[in-house]
Amino acid sequence: MALLQIAEPGDSAAPHQHRLAVGIDLGTTNSLVATVRSGLAVALSDELGRPLLPSVVRYLADGRCEVGYEAQARQAVDPRNTIASVKRFMGRGLADIAHREALPYVFQDGCGMLRLHTAAGLKSPVEVSADILRTLRQRAEASLGGPLVGAVITVPAYFDDAQRQATKDAARVAGLPVLRLLNEPTAAAIAYGLDNAAEGVYAVYDLGGGTFDISILKLSRGIFEVLSTGGDSALGGDDFDQRIFCWILETAKLKPLSVEDASMLLTRAREAKEYLTFHGAAPVTARLNSGEVVDLTLTTETFAEITQTLVAKTIQPVKKALRDAGLSVSEVKGVVMVGGATRMPQVQRAVGEFFRQEPLNNLDPDKVVAIGAATQANLLAGNRAAGDDWLLLDVIPLSLGLETMGGLVEKIIPRNATIPTARAQEFTTFRDGQTALAVHVVQGERELVSDCRSLARFELRGIPPMVAGAARIRVTFQVDADGLLAVAAKEQTSGVEASIVVKPSYGLSDDEIAGMLKDSLAHVRDDALRRALKESQVEAQRLIEAVRSALKADGDLLAADEMARVENGIIRLQNATLGDNRRQIVLAMDDLEAETKDFAARRMDKSIRRAFAGRHISELDSEAAVATTGEVA
Amino acid sequence: MDFNADHFSLFELPRTFRLDAALLERRYLQMQLLVHPDRFASAGDAEQRLSLQWATRVNEGYQTLKKPLLRAKYLLRLAAHDLGSENVPADFLVEQMEWREAVEEARAAGQHHELEHLHHRLKRDIVERHEELALLLDDQHDLGQAADRVRRLMFLDKLLVEIDEAIAECEE
Repeated sequence: MALLQIAEPGDSAAPHQHRLAVGIDLGTTNSLVATVRSGLAVALSDELGRPLLPSVVRYLADGRCEVGYEAQARQAVDPRNTIASVKRFMGRGLADIAHREALPYVFQDGCGMLRLHTAAGLKSPVEVSADILRTLRQRAEASLGGPLVGAVITVPAYFDDAQRQATKDAARVAGLPVLRLLNEPTAAAIAYGLDNAAEGVYAVYDLGGGTFDISILKLSRGIFEVLSTGGDSALGGDDFDQRIFCWILETAKLKPLSVEDASMLLTRAREAKEYLTFHGAAPVTARLNSGEVVDLTLTTETFAEITQTLVAKTIQPVKKALRDAGLSVSEVKGVVMVGGATRMPQVQRAVGEFFRQEPLNNLDPDKVVAIGAATQANLLAGNRAAGDDWLLLDVIPLSLGLETMGGLVEKIIPRNATIPTARAQEFTTFRDGQTALAVHVVQGERELVSDCRSLARFELRGIPPMVAGAARIRVTFQVDADGLLAVAAKEQTSGVEASIVVKPSYGLSDDEIAGMLKDSLAHVRDDALRRALKESQVEAQRLIEAVRSALKADGDLLAADEMARVENGIIRLQNATLGDNRRQIVLAMDDLEAETKDFAARRMDKSIRRAFAGRHISELDSEAAVATTGEVA
Repeated sequence: MDFNADHFSLFELPRTFRLDAALLERRYLQMQLLVHPDRFASAGDAEQRLSLQWATRVNEGYQTLKKPLLRAKYLLRLAAHDLGSENVPADFLVEQMEWREAVEEARAAGQHHELEHLHHRLKRDIVERHEELALLLDDQHDLGQAADRVRRLMFLDKLLVEIDEAIAECEE
């Protein structure tokens, strides 16, 4: 059959001109991939139609890993090797992680960023995130039918340079070209703003699984200008689960738990939290390994009470962001709610009370970030359509500075500076004949270096000996559109230069990334085969279910011997799916399909006849309606 | 457009302290629409580098002209008038010390409202001083006096930041 190629006027009919790009929301709890298809941003689902991918990776002893629902399902039985909420570890050392004693993982601290011991060996958070990104990349490529030109990956607005760099590195390890790192609240603002043709000042309140962001934006004539941003990169829905977990321990007076029991109760806590979104009280029941039974009821009132301080903790940065933007509550036209954790009624209430208006919830808080990112990715990939004349102007969340005498910070670029931005500052030597200068780059708002995050250290060497104060060393900070920093230092009188792209403080060198990339490629062929096998298994299962439901509905259309042959086919296919021989599965599917061909034709006949019968009735109805109208007229 | 032009020429605005803020914003946004790296995400390396430099340049110009104190300092620099390191008059310093004591007292007592009040009072004071600066720079062309007012405003700006930090501290 010849297919007609249809093109909109002014549109190109050549399919290769549309460059495949995606937006990825790499979340603490769930991740998503979305793309713009026929002008509409949509989240891409897995083989089973599920758009969310739980951000959970389980490592197996043979070096392979499971990602998503599969891994999540094994969390309670294999907690040590099943890494959840890895986003909290990105660009972080062991000392940065709160409640780490309650986590089931075996950590190792190492040069800036922690590592995790798993059955598949030592894993850095970058590799774990890369495994999630790779799964999403494969989903997108399978769905869009080709390799991607790139992705926009979202990060919390309050992520610092180390966390951003770690995210970009994870994409590199996953073989995913990064078009841009985009702040999550800004992505949500794009989705909301373009959808509603919004104008004016908006606040985006984004409470995710493990991070909290607040951004204040001005929307005017297609320009999204971020005025200020704030947040807490270690506060999210997970903390609410933790509070319920502690409440269970206290109320049920439980003795110290095994890792498995703790993991199970944490899951019960999360389920209770989700249940309370739509109900006044949630049952919390569990049977522990020890045989002890937990049977409690958590009311919304108690839940609000035990999480009051967490909710209050989100309002502080909101006030600060407003002050940074030089605005008052009354000047905010709307508050967009983003992130699954904003579904909690007490969060909705607190935000509504603070802004003295109902928060906006008309976009799915789970998907809005990925949708915004996909829209931006489409534009960045060069698929700009007429009317796509919008632009984002974002800011850096935290001040960037240098260590000066006495362990003090000299701020070079203030927080909320619009990016890209650059700033230079001159320093000098303080000893006669000094030939080197140590440059220590830090990020944060505090005055003492020890209270800020150390981003990088480097040395400018080869300064010609001069008297103290004679050298003129110009240190330049450049922040690019991803919010990433590069620092250069130059002695002005001699021209001696040193520069660095900020990253080594958290400890992944280019060599290490190359190593991870090689490791992941070693599994690629294996991966592809496994993937094909899994796809066939899923497809086979779908066929079996379809035939079974057909038999149930119209089994009377088959003679006894025909019925026996179809049932035989089902059993053969069922057996094939238990093995790992993909060819056998495909052959068994072909057989079953052949066996049910006649059956399908008969069912089709039957349903067409049924449809005709139905149409006669509706046609009569509409004729009657016309007649009635005629009479009245 | 000339990359090395001064900020006023960049936005095609007269070189004065008084400034049409809405016009500056409009020109700024128009320019970012042309040069921002997001417009060159699928371009070659050279174009991307240029775009980064230009967008950085436009941001720098906009931030400098948008904020009155930075704008005044910039005008003095363009006129090659040294800001100097002369001390501000003693009576101004005494006034400053009084302000600081009031802020410190309110901070120690956690008086959120008092701090907010101080913030608004100082903000009003700063705005009045901007008007004085406009007279000195645009009408009387008295750069010496203008430099003195700029030095005072630098104190006040820092004080305002300190008040805001004290307010944030109260909220914690």
